[in-house]
Amino acid sequence: MRDEIIRRVLISIPQLLLMSFITFLFIDLAPGDILARYRFDPRISPETVKKIEARYHFDKPAVVQYGYWLWGLVRGDLGYSFSREAPVSAVIGERLFNTFLLGFFSVIFTWLIAIPLGIYAAVKQYSWGDRILSFVSYCGMSLPSFFFALLLMYLVYLGRDLPVVSAIPIGGMMSPGYDQLPWYLKIGDRVAHLVLPVTVLTVIALAGLQRIARGNMLEELRKQYIVTARAKGLPESKVIYKHALRNAVNPLITLFGFQFSALLSGAALLEIIINWPGLGSLMLSAVRSQDTFLVMGDLLMGGVLLIAGNCIADILLVIVDPRVRTT
Amino acid sequence: MKRFMNDRVVRSFLRHPLAVSGLAVLGLLYAMTVFAEFIAPYHFDNGSRDISYVPPSRIHFVRQGRFSFRPFVYPYAYTFNSIFERVFVEDTARPRYVKLFARGDAVKLWGFLPIRRHLFGLGDNAGNCRIYLLGGDHVGRDLFSRIVYGSRVSMTIGLFGVMITSVLGFLVGGLSGYYGGRLDWTLMRLAECFMLIPGFFLMLALRSAFPMDLSSAEVYLLIVVIMSFIGWAELARVIRGMALSISNRDFVKSARAIGARDLRIITVHVLPQTLSFAIVSMTLSIPGYILGESALSLIGLGIQDPQASWGNLLSAAMNVANIQYHPWILVPGVFIFLSVMAFNFVGDGLRDALDPNR
Repeated sequence: MRDEIIRRVLISIPQLLLMSFITFLFIDLAPGDILARYRFDPRISPETVKKIEARYHFDKPAVVQYGYWLWGLVRGDLGYSFSREAPVSAVIGERLFNTFLLGFFSVIFTWLIAIPLGIYAAVKQYSWGDRILSFVSYCGMSLPSFFFALLLMYLVYLGRDLPVVSAIPIGGMMSPGYDQLPWYLKIGDRVAHLVLPVTVLTVIALAGLQRIARGNMLEELRKQYIVTARAKGLPESKVIYKHALRNAVNPLITLFGFQFSALLSGAALLEIIINWPGLGSLMLSAVRSQDTFLVMGDLLMGGVLLIAGNCIADILLVIVDPRVRTT
Repeated sequence: MKRFMNDRVVRSFLRHPLAVSGLAVLGLLYAMTVFAEFIAPYHFDNGSRDISYVPPSRIHFVRQGRFSFRPFVYPYAYTFNSIFERVFVEDTARPRYVKLFARGDAVKLWGFLPIRRHLFGLGDNAGNCRIYLLGGDHVGRDLFSRIVYGSRVSMTIGLFGVMITSVLGFLVGGLSGYYGGRLDWTLMRLAECFMLIPGFFLMLALRSAFPMDLSSAEVYLLIVVIMSFIGWAELARVIRGMALSISNRDFVKSARAIGARDLRIITVHVLPQTLSFAIVSMTLSIPGYILGESALSLIGLGIQDPQASWGNLLSAAMNVANIQYHPWILVPGVFIFLSVMAFNFVGDGLRDALDPNR
């Protein structure tokens, strides 16, 4: 299994590079470029623009430019972001943690809530609780994240006079006076700002995961070894938690890898809507200002995150499922 | 018709209450799409700039204590309250009756058939009073009319997208699964490339390759192409898996034995076997296109004003103050939600109905 994981990661490197090459060509085809604003700026002489062009190889054909970018990548240099006037790696590094916060908490909450709900629905199949849960998660799966975010913003506004709701900020990542706050209020402020986006991402992912958890659990509960366990007089809690659950969770972990992609996409759109300074909102501003290096760097980062997510899922599976280790 | 209703698949689909209701919702939405010009009381760009963000008109039946079978609305006028917020009040002196098949804006049905009658409206002599079923937008255009016109974009983009995706997915998946070997390896590694980057990131990056100020028709085409470009890989992978197992079945072997050409085997023997799966997966992938278009239009990279799509209508809600004062601008989101849910329900129903193991 270890070799399999390593092989998969190794093969994804050229794949990622191929995608970056395609993107590079696409962006190069687009009319206009990031230096246009220097060209039209009377304070900057044409010679300076020429110098910048030469410095960043903008005067060469696209393939050569890509080659330089690739060479920079090998040395750990992602290029320079003209719209942010900072190295791309610095810009992305700053944003990466913010996106990570969103993803991390929503994954934790999704799993903590979805698995128990899935077990409950499977054990009490066709009960009212199961029916309601099924219907809710059915609808939740179709609820667009951006619409849900906007709805929540409106709900928070409506509940602005209620004690807890009034503390939830509607957008952004920190309050205006953040820098002056003592450290414990800083943490509180960050947590308060996380509530809305994490709720959105959790609820959206919850619906699907709960349904699948229920399905897997039902399938396990129908198997022979469960009948045996019950027949030999094991208490029901042991049958469910020790026998069925452990087997039902394994396929979910594989699924986690796939869901990670949807999570990143969903988080990106959400960041734009609530002004969260993460990788997704960075991508939009990079695209708007045609900041090629920033687009490329961000795209690459998205890919790396996705591969990392899949790797984590694989490793978790190895830890949880002893059967995988031998193959 | 009777034979159709007795078909096993149809009967099993009809037993699925959610799937049937999904189909009904889709029927209504597509009726709206097809007859948009007739159903919308106003042209999508017909506004009046002196009355922005009108709240939804209230439909009245009782006037001065007397019940009237004909519903009517009052024109809205606004005043300012003590903190200079606009307050809309109904001008109860001048009721306007809502008429079926009322005369209204002169539009061309399907772009060539001139019509003046609309499904409902206030008629010719309503003056500057308008009926705003779902409220108005920043330049006083009727949100309901814009939603109806917007369905032209939102409800069709998925159909075109799925068509392109399926052609690509079937072609690559079928070749890959049938031939196997090196071709299979190459094609599948290629498909994986597209699944390696989060879809929304890739969508933004590809969108960046085109000018930001394209016309709405060009953007529509562009979105279809971009989303198909991203989406074909998943379908190809699944079709490939099925084609692989089908290629080893006896009927394919015998076809090969009597000397059928590869292309014929793939198109006549292998791919039709994957059809029932493909129909389900196509239905279930349509919401992805609806959501993708909405997302792009929402953040201003998609369909541009004055043209309407559900996503670009919702973009007014990106401004928090707008939601607070004019919550009805969230309504286009309800339509997105409904259409996505309807497609999901129908897809699930189809899956159960087409599953031969049941």
